[in-house]
Amino acid sequence: MRTIAFSWRFLWSRPLTAALNLLLLSLGLASITFLLLVSHQINSAFERDLAGIDAVVGAKGSPMQLILSGVLQLDVPTGNIPLAAVETLRAHPQVASVIPISMGDSFRGFRIVGTTPDYVRHYAAELAQGALWRSPMQAVLGARVARQSGLKVGDTFSGAHGLVSGLGAGADAHEESPYTVTGILAPTGSVLDRLVLTSLESVWQVHDADADAAPGDKDREVTLALIQYKTPLAAVTFPRFINTTTGMQAAAPALEITRLLSMLGVGLDVLRALAGLLLLTAGLSVFIALWGAVRERRADLALLRMLGAPPRKVAGLLLCEALWLALLAMVLGVLAGQGLAMLLAWALQLDQSIMIGGLAWPAGWLGVPVLALGVALASALLPAWEAYRVSVFELLQSR
Amino acid sequence: MIRTRQLAYRYPKGPTLAFPDVDVPQGGVMLLGGPSGSGKSTWLALAAGLVGATAGQIDVAGQSLGEGGASLKNAALDAWRARTVGFLPQKLHLSAALSVHDNLAMAQWAAGRNQDEPRITEALKALGVEDLAPRRPAQLSGGQAQRVALARAILLQPQVILADEPTASLDDEAASASLALLQATASREGATLVIATHDARVARFFSENSSKKGLEPLLLGLKKL
Repeated sequence: MRTIAFSWRFLWSRPLTAALNLLLLSLGLASITFLLLVSHQINSAFERDLAGIDAVVGAKGSPMQLILSGVLQLDVPTGNIPLAAVETLRAHPQVASVIPISMGDSFRGFRIVGTTPDYVRHYAAELAQGALWRSPMQAVLGARVARQSGLKVGDTFSGAHGLVSGLGAGADAHEESPYTVTGILAPTGSVLDRLVLTSLESVWQVHDADADAAPGDKDREVTLALIQYKTPLAAVTFPRFINTTTGMQAAAPALEITRLLSMLGVGLDVLRALAGLLLLTAGLSVFIALWGAVRERRADLALLRMLGAPPRKVAGLLLCEALWLALLAMVLGVLAGQGLAMLLAWALQLDQSIMIGGLAWPAGWLGVPVLALGVALASALLPAWEAYRVSVFELLQSR
Repeated sequence: MIRTRQLAYRYPKGPTLAFPDVDVPQGGVMLLGGPSGSGKSTWLALAAGLVGATAGQIDVAGQSLGEGGASLKNAALDAWRARTVGFLPQKLHLSAALSVHDNLAMAQWAAGRNQDEPRITEALKALGVEDLAPRRPAQLSGGQAQRVALARAILLQPQVILADEPTASLDDEAASASLALLQATASREGATLVIATHDARVARFFSENSSKKGLEPLLLGLKKL
């Protein structure tokens, strides 16, 4: 216990050096923690939003864009597809369910999505208040939409043309076709939290009001359809069937997200390398500080030997200083990493982007203390060895 | 008590130092004189069991630390040194990071002893510096710092006190005060006092003061190789 107490005092006997090393080590660990958390939370968010969706069928274009727009509600859609074509998919022997999605408008940056109640059921969302829509121009708000807009059941609002936040909020607002809030969903942590859900008919009705002539029922369009397979084997044949025999395209979310993550992975790898470099610098700095401390305190350490301290005790004192640094840096680094991740979550929320959680402790997090200990101990090893073999002769000769 | 017979030490790849035989009774004083490089530090290191003699015998407080190194090894030797030898280095090496009290507490820690508050207070009181316990070494005068270092040296009630050039860089008055303190402290503790010095004032002090008490110091003059 006293070794721990004395090493603490020695560490802070050079406050500037100690603070600088602590800062460097903490920054390195904070970066690693932040990257770990963000990649874990992005993966979780993707998994949550993609769960149970085997394919997305939409207009031809970029398959990744189709997934990003249709499932994650991040990008603009590739175009529209005929509702009739989507309905025929229900009869396909490999298809278990079809959820049509229609979009084009937004409310204060939150997308208004025309769909069926199956979409709500797919994410196992529950109503916190009110009920699902029963007729056109009724809407259910996601938890975050309700929180941020302050709308309650019974309130009315108008959508604006366009999906991007801020666009169309003024001049292009569909003020002549207001929605009435019939329900508010409980938070799900999924994409539903940041959506305004309504019936497909609502979307058509809003746009029919703008158009000179409303299309007939057989000419109705939707943006895309979320497909669930009956059998995993469908993953091989169904997309090919859609892509070759229809004017639509089918994209597999799992495939596209893996591609997206591998592209993001390059960026993450660069960030990881930078964090690693920061840790290496911190390790080097700790090493230089401890080495300097040993050189500076050689005679003091030798005196400890003279007072009867075995070499391992003298070396232990140095190692304890490094362990203190590791412990403090670990606490600060992890807290800072968590703080940064929360800040990012907040910024993404403001941008109505993908939802990542705040505080999280992914399994890989346990590597952070190990890393902190590893860096500190590796940096302290040589100085501790130098302290171990300090000669009392030096003390006797230091006049 | 310190007794040496044909004591010699050979530096690795260096010359061999041969020391005259000495017999210092328990509670006696020995002055180890000689110019720099004459082997004073080596003699102190041999007496503290920090290096082993390459030839001859040295017994300190009944413990043989003779040829081929001490009969005690490693941890046992460290423990023996902690309980037998008190050391007052020329540079006092009080840790600047710790208070006076904690410098003494650290000495107990180094020796593997439990923290003994009454003993720390007693040692500081014996040197008249108990009021300085909370201060940092930087807040002490030279004389106060030396008293604290001496309190640290006698903390574990050693049988031998080794002092290395205790009067270097002190003026005459301060040197006399320092030596009187050393002599009185060693005498009160019943410890054998060995002072390594090349300062002629030390021999003069002891010849003047010890002759009054009938206790002549043993003078061991070493020559430069």
